[in-house]
Amino acid sequence: MTRAMFGRTAGSAAAGPSVDMSANLGSLAMPSPVLTASGCAASGRELDQFFDITKIGAIVTKSVMLRARSGRPTPRMCETPSGMLNSIGLQGPGIEHFIEEDLAWLTTRGARTVVSIAGESVEEYGKLAQKLRAVEGVDAIEVNISCPNVANRNQVFACDPELAANVILTVRRQSDSQTPIFAKLSPDVTDITEIARSVVRAGVDGLTVINTALGMVIDVETMRPALAGVTGGLSGPAIRPIALRCVWQIRQALPDIPILGVGGIRTGLDALQFILAGANAVSVGTMTFNDPSAPFRVQNELAGALADRGFESVREAISYGHRGADVFGLESEGETEPE
Amino acid sequence: MPIQVRGEVLDVRRAGTYYVLSITAPGIPESFRPGHFVTIGIGGEESGLILRRAFAIHQVQSRGVYGGTLDVVVGVHGKGTRWLSERRRHDFLDIVGPLGKPFVLPKEGVPCVLVGGGYGSAPLFMLAEQLRERGCRVDVVLGASSEDKLYGVLDIKRVSSMLTITTEDGSSGTKGRVTDVLPGIMESNNSAVVYACGPMGMLEAVAAIAAEYRAYSQCSVEEAMACGIGICMTCVLPVIGEDGRTRMVRSCVEGPIFRGDLVRWAEIGTVPADALGAPALDAS
Ligand SMILES: Cc1cc2nc3c(=O)[nH]c(=O)nc-3n(C[C@H](O)[C@H](O)[C@H](O)COP(=O)(O)OP(=O)(O)OC[C@H]3O[C@@H](n4cnc5c(N)ncnc54)[C@H](O)[C@@H]3O)c2cc1C
Ligand SMILES: Cc1cc2nc3c(=O)[nH]c(=O)nc-3n(C[C@H](O)[C@H](O)[C@H](O)COP(=O)(O)O)c2cc1C
Ligand code: FES
Repeated sequence: MTRAMFGRTAGSAAAGPSVDMSANLGSLAMPSPVLTASGCAASGRELDQFFDITKIGAIVTKSVMLRARSGRPTPRMCETPSGMLNSIGLQGPGIEHFIEEDLAWLTTRGARTVVSIAGESVEEYGKLAQKLRAVEGVDAIEVNISCPNVANRNQVFACDPELAANVILTVRRQSDSQTPIFAKLSPDVTDITEIARSVVRAGVDGLTVINTALGMVIDVETMRPALAGVTGGLSGPAIRPIALRCVWQIRQALPDIPILGVGGIRTGLDALQFILAGANAVSVGTMTFNDPSAPFRVQNELAGALADRGFESVREAISYGHRGADVFGLESEGETEPE
Repeated sequence: MPIQVRGEVLDVRRAGTYYVLSITAPGIPESFRPGHFVTIGIGGEESGLILRRAFAIHQVQSRGVYGGTLDVVVGVHGKGTRWLSERRRHDFLDIVGPLGKPFVLPKEGVPCVLVGGGYGSAPLFMLAEQLRERGCRVDVVLGASSEDKLYGVLDIKRVSSMLTITTEDGSSGTKGRVTDVLPGIMESNNSAVVYACGPMGMLEAVAAIAAEYRAYSQCSVEEAMACGIGICMTCVLPVIGEDGRTRMVRSCVEGPIFRGDLVRWAEIGTVPADALGAPALDAS
């Protein structure tokens, strides 16, 4: 695997040898490493008007809960420099309606589907997994653990290694053993590798890195928080360096775990950064609001960027950014701590 | 079905405090109906302003030297609208449209009244033309805080049976608000349908007057939107459905036009306790 050709050859992306874009997330095989992100694609139907959703890696659906949820009051969003805050509050129709309507549509449409689930208690996650058992069209489950545990002082599952592991153990036990299960991690923790290790021990098949980072904005006209929910999740290019750092750290700590990288991806080169940092695939979230064909465009741009750098497949580029250093050692040596 | 096109700015004109942009948008005029909107990307491909801005489609032309073109009326509000007001001929814009559900038109030639607040008059021009073609009487009321914030007074006069202007400072027309003159107009013309576009407060008041006169109302709402195409769930408001249940519905795909009597105006910005999936019901 020598790869010395970083010089761009003009037109190579279009005319050069085609790059093998096939990707895997555990046992989920996809023709492309570019997916949508949960909550940024609904259930694929709207985006199918702008690009063929069967041509990207997979649709990651909006996190679904057991029962219908109205979500939070408005304003639910606020633009921030190179990003946005959202506090939607997981509005959705509930798992049964989701299976009958949305999932059925995705299956008929022939799109690969990663179903994101969210609960307010460990039991609720378990019930959701049970409901999805033996349902056609569930290619993988992404467990959104960035939710408050109502039973225990609203402690966020994703911020506590033990709680996060409990959710994963329950989901693993309740679901079809063939279905890959991903845990979606929050960046709002001291050491993301600790949570990663904990859910991996609990039997997760892969990690989605990262969910939004908690933030807030105060409206200086009203002199009150801009969001009705006071705080919200920050997403978009503003969090890209944080997401990338999380992917890098987890890849250092866990050389073999499949990683779905997500956070501020806007272009093929952004996606390439995540893959070089160790992501096996990437999700395009907020930037789909900016450009409804973003996932498809990013996929094409990524293929071009890989070809430009002489890669014949996405697979070869995964973790390529770690080469040379003590790549898969326990502690990274080259990392700089902030002053 | 909405499409995404790269549109060329053909012209930017000043009109009072507004800017009217004419943009090529091949494919959009063909499926346009009055009430549809577009979203426009702000600041180019590397912009830090990542959210598209929504604008009512004011005029469309499907033929002519430039193929399909459309006009939007832009009021400068913050960074995004300022950037748009600074566009010049031959600049390119990223346009998605037509979006939303359009105004519902009556099957027969019934008397209608169109109410526009500020730039809210923008979508009413082509609506007025289509209503006229159906043989409807079209009365128009335009209101704003001051004369420079009225849009299109002379042009809409040509397509209206009767035009009434109100300004809060009295700089043009009747001093006051559209809702001060609306009951009189509905009374004397027996208006069967009220169409309204403008600030939420105005829409709420117009919907109440329409209900009082037993007229059907169609209101174009303005909720902050992150995507405009139905994938983000930011643009919701409480609306009563056909089954009598209130749901938090997406104004970008199920609106922006709603029947005035079905929107729970006073509860916008809240989740009513009886809404589907509201926390209050979760406990039961
Ligand atoms: C369906 C619809 C039709 C519209 N039609 C028109 C029109 O014809 N002419 C016109 O001038 N304006 C129209 N608006 C309002 C226009 O979209 C806002 O004025 C604009 O988004 C403000 O952007 P900004 O960058 O200037 O302001 P900022 O305050 O910097 O915007 C920050 C964020 O808040 C959102 N936002 C702020 N104010 C509004 C608002 N009033 N409505 C919706 N989103 C808002 C923006 O989209 C952006 O994401 C319409 C809005 C909607 C939803
Ligand atoms: C409006 C909005 C809604 C979201 N909803 C969910 C959700 O339901 N479940 C989830 O796991 N992540 C959700 N996310 C987080 C995204 O999936 C993604 O992890 C995050 O936004 C970072 O990626 P991005 O910068 O590409 O958007 C949401 C993000 C946004 C902006
Ligand atoms: S603006 Fe995104 S769903 Fe309406």
